Amino acid sequence: MNVGLFIPCYIDQFYPNAAIATLNLLNKLGITVKYPVNQTCCGQPMANSGFEHLTQGCNDLFIDNFSEFDYIVSPSGSCVLHIKDHLHSPTEENKALGIRKKVYELTEFLTDVIKVEKLSARFPHKVGVHQSCHGQRGLMLAQMSELVEAPYSKPLHLLKMVEGLELVELSRPDECCGFGGTFCVAEEAVSVKMGKDRVADHLNHGAEYITAADMSCLMHMEGILRRQNSQVKVLHIAEILNAQ
Amino acid sequence: MSLGTKDHAALSDIFNKDEARVDWHDETLWFVRAKRDKAANSIPEWESLREAASQIKNNVLSNLHDYLIEFENQAKINGVTVHWAADAAEHNQIVHAILKRHNVDRLIKSKSMLTEECHLNEYLSKQNIDVIDTDLGERIVQLAKEPPSHIVLPCIHKKKEEIGELFHEHLGTPEGMADPVFLTAAAREHLRETFLTRKAAITGVNFAVAETGEFVVCTNEGNADMGAHLADVHIACMGIEKIIPKRKNLGVFLRLLTRSATGQPITTYSSHFKKPRPGQEMHIVLVDNGRTTQLSRPDFRNSLKCIRCAACMNTCPVYRRSGGHSYHTAVAGPIGSILAPNLDMKEYADLPFASTLCGSCTNVCPVKINIHEQLYKWRQVIVKEGYADPKKKVAMKVMELTLSSPTIYKNAGKAGRWVMKYAPFTVNNKLNLWYQQREMPEVPKESFGEWFKKNKKND
Repeated sequence: MNVGLFIPCYIDQFYPNAAIATLNLLNKLGITVKYPVNQTCCGQPMANSGFEHLTQGCNDLFIDNFSEFDYIVSPSGSCVLHIKDHLHSPTEENKALGIRKKVYELTEFLTDVIKVEKLSARFPHKVGVHQSCHGQRGLMLAQMSELVEAPYSKPLHLLKMVEGLELVELSRPDECCGFGGTFCVAEEAVSVKMGKDRVADHLNHGAEYITAADMSCLMHMEGILRRQNSQVKVLHIAEILNAQ
Repeated sequence: MSLGTKDHAALSDIFNKDEARVDWHDETLWFVRAKRDKAANSIPEWESLREAASQIKNNVLSNLHDYLIEFENQAKINGVTVHWAADAAEHNQIVHAILKRHNVDRLIKSKSMLTEECHLNEYLSKQNIDVIDTDLGERIVQLAKEPPSHIVLPCIHKKKEEIGELFHEHLGTPEGMADPVFLTAAAREHLRETFLTRKAAITGVNFAVAETGEFVVCTNEGNADMGAHLADVHIACMGIEKIIPKRKNLGVFLRLLTRSATGQPITTYSSHFKKPRPGQEMHIVLVDNGRTTQLSRPDFRNSLKCIRCAACMNTCPVYRRSGGHSYHTAVAGPIGSILAPNLDMKEYADLPFASTLCGSCTNVCPVKINIHEQLYKWRQVIVKEGYADPKKKVAMKVMELTLSSPTIYKNAGKAGRWVMKYAPFTVNNKLNLWYQQREMPEVPKESFGEWFKKNKKND
C-alpha cells in the first residue's frame, strides 16, 4: 500500500506535533508512509474567501506531489474536504479526479481502510470531542444531530480504544466553533463568541482536554482558552491515539 | 430602522457588545432548534419526507411556467382575479390600485414576507394608506418601527419587558407589565377592533395549488382567516415559486413546514382559500421580483425551493449570535444570504461571507437546499464580479504566490514568520483582530518539514 502523507500548511508551521503523531501512529499500525517534501497548502484559505480562481498553483503542486499514491492521508478533515470537492486541473483533470477519490482524513482512513480494531494507546484523562464541521458534515465522519439517522462516529470509535480515556458529554455535540477560515477575522465578534461558547460547553462538563480531527478549530479554541488562562489543553486526535 | 451602510460584520460587532443578550438570543433560538429535532425524530420517515419535498419542488422549478398558467386558469375559474407583477414596484402598484378602486385607506395584513421584501408598508404609508400587521410578532415590530428579524418569529430579538414597554406606550397597558399572557390578550383586544372595521385584508401564501387554483395560508393565530373572512377585499400576495402541482402534495409540505419551523406537528390553522364568498373580491398577485433571474442561475436556482420555515436560521450558529437585523435584508440568515445577492449583489456582497460554512443549514432544510454550498459559490461570484475588499485581494495574491512555491513557502516558514506575515488573519492589520480576544498559537522550534528532514526520510 503506497500511502502519501498530506500535512496542511498551518499544521506544518504551527502544530508539528500533530503531524509527527500522525506519522508515528500510521507507522505503528504497520503503514509505510511517504511525505512529499514539496507540499504546501490545499488552497482552501483562498477558495473559501471567494478566490478559488487563485488556487491553480496550489492545485498543480498538490497533483505533482500526490498523484502517485494509492491513498493520501491527512490529519485535517477540512483540508481533505477541500481537496475532495475542489481539486481541478485544466491539463490533468483525470489525475485531479483520482486524487479526489483517494484522499482520506486520518480517522476515516483508520476506520474504513485499515479497519483498526484496537490501539495500544493510553490517555487517562477526561476528554471533550469537538466535531469539526467539515469532517463531520462534509466527510460524514460522524452522524449529524440534524438528521434522523442511526448514530455512528469514526473519531469516537477510535477514542474508545484508548485506555483510561473518559469522554465527556456535551450539551451541543456538533455545534460549530466559529473558526471558519478567514471568517475568524472577517467576522471577529461572532467568531470569538462562537468559540467562547464551544469552549464553555467543554469546560462545564469537566473536560481536561479538547480534541478534534481538525487542528484549525483547536487553534481557535486554544487561543480562547489561553486568553482565559485556562489549564485545559487542546490536542489533535492523532496525539491521543498515539499517546502512551 | 436605518442600518446605514454597515455590513454584517459591523452590525454583528454592535450586537455582540451586550454578551448577556447574545447568550439569551442564542439560547432562545437553540430551544426552537431542539424542539425541531424532537419533532423530526418523532417521524421515522423524516429523511424520505425531505427527499419527497425536494423532488416535488425540483419538478415545480423545472415546469414553473406550466404550473403557473394552470394555477392562473383554475383561480380565474374560481372567480379570483389574478395579477402578475414583474418586480416589487409593480406589486406595490397593483395592490395600491385595488385599494384605490375601493376607496380603502386602512387595511390589515397577515403573514407575508413577500410584502416585507417589496416594502409594501412603506409604499402604502406614502400613499396615506394605513397598514396594521395582525400577526402578533409582526405587530410588535411594527409598533417598534423595526423590520422583522426572523421570518417566522419576527420579534424574537425582543425581550418580553421591551414588548411590555412598547404596549404601554402604544396600547396603554400598565407600566412595567411584561406578562406574555396579559400582553397577548391586550394585543388581541386591540386587534379585534381593527379586524371588525377594516374593509381590505392582505395575506401571504404558503402554498398555491396549480391543480385547483386554491392557496393555503399557515398561521398559529388564525389572524389570516379572521382578516380575510371579514374583509370585502382579500388580496393574496405570493412569490411565483410558492406553486405546488397538486393538493395531495400538501400532505408532504404541511408535515414538514411547522416541524421544521417551531417543532409543532402542524400550524394551528392551515387555511385553504379557493373562491371569494358572495359579495367579496379575491385577488392573487403573482410576483417575480428576481425569481426568474435566480431560476436562470444553475448554481443557485434551487434556493427557490425554500418554503420559508426558518429552520436554517434557528440552527445557524452565526445567526443566533448576530441577530436577524445584522443581515440588513427582509429574509435573514443562511437562506437570506443566498437569496439576497441575486436581488442586489453589491448591497448584499457581505452576506455569503457571514458563515463558517458549517453545513448545519443544509442538514435541517426540509426541502434539501444545499445552502452552505451556495454560500461558497456566491463568494466566488461576488469576487469575480469585483465586489471584494481591495485589501483582501492583495492578501490573497500574496498567499497565492507563497503557497504556489515550495521554496518561498519553506523560506518564509523557516524565518518563523510565515504564518504571521502571510496567513489570512495576520495581513492588513488583521493580526490585531485575532489578538483582540485570542492568543496566537505558540511558534514551535521547527516545522514538521524541518523535523522530518532531520529525523526521517522517505524510502
